[in-house]
Amino acid sequence: MFFETACLITVSAPLASAILVGFFGKKVGKNFTNFLAIGGVVISTILSFYLVYELVFNDRPGLNKNLYTWIASGEFQFQIGFLIDRLTVVMMTVVTFVSCMVHVYTIGYMKDDPGYHRFFSYISLFTFSMLILVMSNNFLQLFFGWEAVGLVSYLLIGFWFKKPSATHANLKAFLVNRVGDFGFLLGICGIFLVFGTLDYHSIFSNIDELSKAKLPGISLLEVDPVTIICILMFIGAMGKSAQIPLHVWLPDSMEGPTPISALIHAATMVTAGIFMVARMSPVYELSSIALLFIVVIGSLTAFFMGILGLVQNDIKRVVAYSTLSQLGYMTVALGVSAYSAAIFHLVTHAFFKALLFLAAGSVIIATHHQQNMDKMGGLKKYMPITYWTSLIGTLALIGFPGFSGFFSKEMIIEAVHFSDSMYSNLIYCFLLAGVFITSLYSFRMFFLVFHGESRMSEADLSHIHESPAVVTLPLILLAIPSMFLGGLIVNEFLFNNFFQESIYNDLERDPLIELSAVFHGPLAMISHSIFTSAFWCAVAGVFVAWYCYLRNPSIPSSMAQRLAIFHYVLKNNYGFDKFNSMVFAGGSVRLGKLLWSKFDILIIDKSLVNGSAKIVNVFSFFIRKVQTGYLYDYAIAMIFGLIVFLIAFVYL
Amino acid sequence: MNFDFPILSFMIWFPVLGGIYIATQKRTSGNIKIEALSIAIICFISSLLALVYFDNNSANMQFVERYSWIPVFNIEYLLGVDGISLPLIILTTFTTILVICAGWSVISERPHLYMGSFLVLEGIMIGVFAALDAALFYVFWEAMLIPMFLIIGIWGGQNRVYATIKFFLYTLLGSLLMLVALLYLYGETGVFSIESMHNAQLDMIEQKLIFLAFLLAFAVKVPMWPVHTWLPDAHVEAPTGGSVILAAIMLKMGGYGFIRLSLPIVPDAASYFTIPMVVLSLIAIVYIGFVALVQTDMKKLIAYSSISHMGFVTLGFFTVFWVQSSTDNWNDAVLGIEGAMVQMISHGFISGALFLCVGFLYDRLHTRNINDYGGVAEPMPYFASFMMLFAMANAGLPGTSGFVGEFLVILTVFKANFWIAFLAALTLILGAAYTLWMYKRVVFGPVILQPVKELADLSSREMLILSVLALMVLLVGLWPAPLIDMMHPSINSLVEHLSRSKL
Repeated sequence: MFFETACLITVSAPLASAILVGFFGKKVGKNFTNFLAIGGVVISTILSFYLVYELVFNDRPGLNKNLYTWIASGEFQFQIGFLIDRLTVVMMTVVTFVSCMVHVYTIGYMKDDPGYHRFFSYISLFTFSMLILVMSNNFLQLFFGWEAVGLVSYLLIGFWFKKPSATHANLKAFLVNRVGDFGFLLGICGIFLVFGTLDYHSIFSNIDELSKAKLPGISLLEVDPVTIICILMFIGAMGKSAQIPLHVWLPDSMEGPTPISALIHAATMVTAGIFMVARMSPVYELSSIALLFIVVIGSLTAFFMGILGLVQNDIKRVVAYSTLSQLGYMTVALGVSAYSAAIFHLVTHAFFKALLFLAAGSVIIATHHQQNMDKMGGLKKYMPITYWTSLIGTLALIGFPGFSGFFSKEMIIEAVHFSDSMYSNLIYCFLLAGVFITSLYSFRMFFLVFHGESRMSEADLSHIHESPAVVTLPLILLAIPSMFLGGLIVNEFLFNNFFQESIYNDLERDPLIELSAVFHGPLAMISHSIFTSAFWCAVAGVFVAWYCYLRNPSIPSSMAQRLAIFHYVLKNNYGFDKFNSMVFAGGSVRLGKLLWSKFDILIIDKSLVNGSAKIVNVFSFFIRKVQTGYLYDYAIAMIFGLIVFLIAFVYL
Repeated sequence: MNFDFPILSFMIWFPVLGGIYIATQKRTSGNIKIEALSIAIICFISSLLALVYFDNNSANMQFVERYSWIPVFNIEYLLGVDGISLPLIILTTFTTILVICAGWSVISERPHLYMGSFLVLEGIMIGVFAALDAALFYVFWEAMLIPMFLIIGIWGGQNRVYATIKFFLYTLLGSLLMLVALLYLYGETGVFSIESMHNAQLDMIEQKLIFLAFLLAFAVKVPMWPVHTWLPDAHVEAPTGGSVILAAIMLKMGGYGFIRLSLPIVPDAASYFTIPMVVLSLIAIVYIGFVALVQTDMKKLIAYSSISHMGFVTLGFFTVFWVQSSTDNWNDAVLGIEGAMVQMISHGFISGALFLCVGFLYDRLHTRNINDYGGVAEPMPYFASFMMLFAMANAGLPGTSGFVGEFLVILTVFKANFWIAFLAALTLILGAAYTLWMYKRVVFGPVILQPVKELADLSSREMLILSVLALMVLLVGLWPAPLIDMMHPSINSLVEHLSRSKL
């Protein structure tokens, strides 16, 4: 009984904080706001740990419970409820823990912002929405959470609503996400068509019905309906988890305050797509074509978005492109059916990427909201805590042996290696190249910010100091899992059937089974790593970064000049933004203007509506002449009339 | 049910008489607003009373009142409500209160006449929803035009004469054909009772002609493309209250007509005309979505968005037969109609709220042009929050009422044909695009224009109005079950009726 109550409190505590802070924050002052907001999320975090303890250590069976009926119509029932299994509690812990860190960090970061209370209200609301998403036991509620996190993301990207670039970015983020949701909703419709319900349990237990399904209207296409449904739902994941070509919103979302970049646009919301596909694993396992589609999209994102990180000068944008690339890795893992590896990377990535973002934020505070890396350098001696935690985060990101990211990324790469998915060799190469690029841009950023000569003015330098404890404490607390978590849980997570029935794998296709044969524990993995190509790719990246940005800083600019075309393409994000704003945004407006001016105004209004009025006018202009008002005219008309009637009577 | 009070008659005639009484008061009389508000509130309470005594499990007409009116033609004074009309009646009484509050201190010219017109209009609209006799229905239907004509014509904007005449003629043209159809049906059945018309035996040609006559009347009201162009003009010229009533209630008359008359009286013709009706609905959703995108007048934008949202209502109604033939299951069709009904109710709240928001801005700056604003969030943070909620509801965000109807309709039409759902779901993108783009240009951004900087935030009266609407939007969005439960038996029996061909 306490277990159920705990689940309920976990979701409702952040909601309560959001409402209280939103309505009364201004009145009760900052300290009480902190208490309310952080109190709510701390309760959630503690209870999430309790749920993990119950499920994992006490081996308690999961909970699947409906709370209330959203709509009941005849045989159709739409419920709101919770499914608490191991996949859920993992997500809950990540969400609440990172959110907790971000809440604390916000006290320092938003200290002087007039929207302090609003910000706290939003991030609490976000935590609530995200929990709704991961704890759902049906597609409807998943979609609720899915859109709610999108809403909060929209509100937070546009938090500084006076900045035109921020309001542009949040509109763009919402609309691009809506394109994804469009696909997702149609996928849900497909599920509903086949099963007549949106409840996970009833769907997964009757999963065979999918193969018999027919989608009316597209039976002519030679694709089986499972594939269509899977791809439609994956389009939703592409929007939320920013996969090519729906990735365009994520770099722009950096217009929002840094804490939410860490929480929403790195650790939690953007991984919702990954979570969703893992949750739907029974469905995705039925369609190898959809999985192939996922692999291709994921590897393209992992590789091409990483490259873009190389040419960014904005510190947050580098981390954003790195997030895109890492999301690509997770997607690839999904595509080769290594769902647990994807979730594993999701977890480790959440910690080290949140760490990197918050560290970047710490640098931004210190440099008085300077985000351009060309104006930094040599910050190591001023900000020791930020420096060391950043180093841990960066090493975790590039997958340096022993750090969290090492285990998760290595597992994805190896899973691709062992999978029998088509083109897996090619994708393996893509991912290895991605490792090199990751370590190159990560250490480029690291060196540009912390090492070398300072490129700041003397006046600015004199103000620089380490950030306050509310900022550095979350950094330290996030650095710990970034360092150790991966090694601690890798064995349990991937090879001991950790997720039980919450993730389903077709045994013939599961690459982790083969992988487990060569896995001999985390320590062996570390010592073995010097024989792997991934390790040497990463080291090469660090070396190149060191050579180009510390040893010989003239190389990058001369490279940029020599390869001007490539540089131009990369700087412009491969032209995605220009294409979208010209074809989709501009095209819609042009189409709207055309339809409005030509059809609505010209044809319907001017011609048909006003035209018919004019015809009446013209007609009456002539008929009026008959009404002369003279008696003799009417008399004549009467006589003619009589004659006509007489003739009619006589002859008819 | 031992409930003998003629509550429907009371809800019709009390506001009508009260409205006439108020309109004849001296214009300087200070009490007229309070009197008008009390009348509206009493009416709302009676509608809630009706809700309390309403039997959710029955598909029959309830609170029936039956008197002979013109016995020579078998015309009766026959009233009654079921799960389809009662929600609409409550929406009417609810909206009227808000409209009277919204005009409280804004209308300085002939306030007695203004309040009176709205009360009379309220009674007549309830009459339309409650009438079960076709002649009575027609009388109310046409009578509705008069107060609306006055409201736009007297308190409207600059181009009000063009707009009122367009509005009047457009709707009159449609309803005259409906009269012809009703007279024909009278000729066939010998009575004017709508329920007996439901059971009239008609062959296919008769059905088709009657369907088309009804179609014109109701399509103009909904409005469906291409007979929609009166709506943007009427909205732009109407005073805020007029716009609210127009969008929240009067458009629903069209939808109500379809579900009360067209579908049950001529089901085979409705089935025959499924494809053109679906095409027209989709044009409304997609084409009008694009048109809404490029509007520069806020009211016009919301008016076009109304047309687009009402496309879901007609889509839900007219895919019934298609869904059934594709799934062999009438339950799917029930869900679609319920979605369309929820969409009507929800659109009443959301479009009403958005027109009120625009009205509050207009009261302050006397312009509806998007470019005359920008950065409103800074001087008016509360307004910005409310409008955000309603904008999101308009964009169909889950958790708001705007999502429920669209979701159920898309879910249902997917079963008929993938591509209908595909086109209908485009509203997810288009709706968000036009609503949020407008929101961005009006509310976000730096304050550039001096007048915007001096805007005062919502008064407590305005805040109250928007809070109540916000509550309804969230309530229906988070827990639509009670609404669906109320409608389900009636819609179920309607669909059962539809399943029996008249041929």
